[in-house]
Order: sequence, then structure tokens, then C-alpha cells
Amino acid sequence: MITGSAENIFIVWAYAGIGIGTFGLIGWVWLSARRVNARLKTLEAQGIRRRSAAPASGPSA
Amino acid sequence: MTDTATQLKKPNWFSRLAHPGAFMSWSRPALWPLGLVTSVVFAIGLWFAFFNSPADYQMGETVRIMYIHVPNAWLSQFVYGIMVVASLGTLVWRHPLADVAAKSAAPLGATFTAMALFSGALWGRPTWGTFWEWDGRMTSTLILLFIYLGIIALWRAFDDQLRAARIVAVVTLVGALDIPVIKFSVDWWNTLHQPASIITPTGPKMPPSLLTPLFTMMIAFTLLFVLLHLVSMRTEILGRRAETLGRQAAAKLATVGAA
Repeated sequence: MITGSAENIFIVWAYAGIGIGTFGLIGWVWLSARRVNARLKTLEAQGIRRRSAAPASGPSA
Repeated sequence: MTDTATQLKKPNWFSRLAHPGAFMSWSRPALWPLGLVTSVVFAIGLWFAFFNSPADYQMGETVRIMYIHVPNAWLSQFVYGIMVVASLGTLVWRHPLADVAAKSAAPLGATFTAMALFSGALWGRPTWGTFWEWDGRMTSTLILLFIYLGIIALWRAFDDQLRAARIVAVVTLVGALDIPVIKFSVDWWNTLHQPASIITPTGPKMPPSLLTPLFTMMIAFTLLFVLLHLVSMRTEILGRRAETLGRQAAAKLATVGAA
């Protein structure tokens, strides 16, 4: 169990920084996937489909 | 029919799974279960790190920074290893998914390397009395971050993704020279870093009370990388599809305009 010490500030900053970095990375990956899916949906709504795609199918990440 | 002909007709399990179409099919249902397992392992790892592991007799409570620093340092090199294998896949086997895997891994590897440097600096201050020292391990890890950033910039510099893939693959293979330097820097030069204490010929030099949270967090971060890599690869494949469709749409408009 963690106990109180003067060095705990370094532990807090390290975990906070890694938390922000990790959630930032997750958010960036998720937003990129959403952006690409939205672009594909827009193109398909315009009637542009891959030749191999089924008429009603829509890919998603 | 000969055995060779049969082998040519039937690709092995890896080739089947790594075909872009098959990859899109099997990877989607794998994402949620993988996300769930990753969250559970992270929760267990953090519980061990804060509530079920002792302070170190030398470093005191700051040893808890090890549980986030070492996994990120491990991933900084592991992800680069994945990129090296993918680069070989691009150059040697011209596998259609290899450059997708390499391109998607680069930003993840860069982030893990940056987080390893950040947490290392915060661990170094109370342990060594300094945030940064130009020693072999830290400098070669900083060089690895620059290699990652260079590779990301190179991917963005080309419109032709096939050409970019071949050039980036060569650069990635050259950059791989930095990995053994990072690994053996603690043996080759005088450094503030301690020598290898996990993977040694005589086994780990750490007590199980510190190893258990460390390995749990390493598994958690590795699972997170696998999850994010799968999602990024899917996004890259779909992004290329969208680009192709966009070009088709532009060509269609040009044809209509000309008529």
C-alpha cells in the first residue's frame, strides 16, 4: 500500500501524464476511425460504391 | 495435382487471416472483447501497483513509477520490432497488409516512446537527482522517438502510398540499428541506468512482490497496443477505400462535365 512521502508528487505527475497520454492516444485513434467512417458514409450516400461492395452494405471500424 | 500445386492453391492460416478482406471480417468482432480484457487487466495492474506492492528499500515509493515506465519503454521497442517485421513484409513478400500494419504502428510507437521518456524523467529526479542526463540509454531512446517522428513525416510526404511504403520500409530497417544500442547501452557505457534486471541469464533480479504488478501492467499496455493497432489498421484500410471512392467520384464528375 502506498504511504505518504515527499516524493509522491513525482508519482502523481507520472501517472497523470501517462493517463493523459494514454487516453489522448485512445481518443485520437477513435476520432480517426469515426472521421473515416463518416467520409465513407458520405460517399456511399452519393451513390459511390466499390464495385465489389454489396448494394446495401456499409463498412465500419 | 502435385503437393506444390495444392500448397499454392491453399494459403496457410496466417495468409488467410492477413488478407485485407479477411482481416476486416475477423478484427471487428475481436475489438470489444479485447477492450474488455484490456480494461480488466489494467484495473488489476493498477490495484497491484498502488495497493498490493511494497515500497522499494532504496527507491522508496517512487518504485511505483516503474509500473508505467517499464511497460512504455518495452512497447517503444516492441512496436518498432513490429514495424521492422512489417517492413520486411513490404519489401520481401509485398504483403498487402504489411505497409498498413507499419503505418498504423508508427504513431502508437512514438506515443509510447514519449511516455517512456516522460515517466523516466519523473522517476529520475527523485532517484538520481536529475530529470535528464545525456547517457546512452536515454539518448538512444530519444533518437528512437526522432526516428518514429521521421517515419510519420515520411508517410505524410508521399501521395503514392505504395512508393511511400517501400521508402519507409528501408528507413525503418536502417533505424532498427538503434534498438540493440538501447538494449545494450547499459552494458557498453557508464550510465545512471541500472543493468538489465528482468531479462537476465539467471532470471529476474526482482522480488515477486515487484515483478507481479510490473508484468501485469506490461500485459495491460501490450493488450492496449494490440487493440489500438487493430483499430488503426482498420481505419487505414477504410481510409484508402474512401480515397479510392473519392477519386472515382471526381472522375465521374469530370466525365459528366466533359459530356
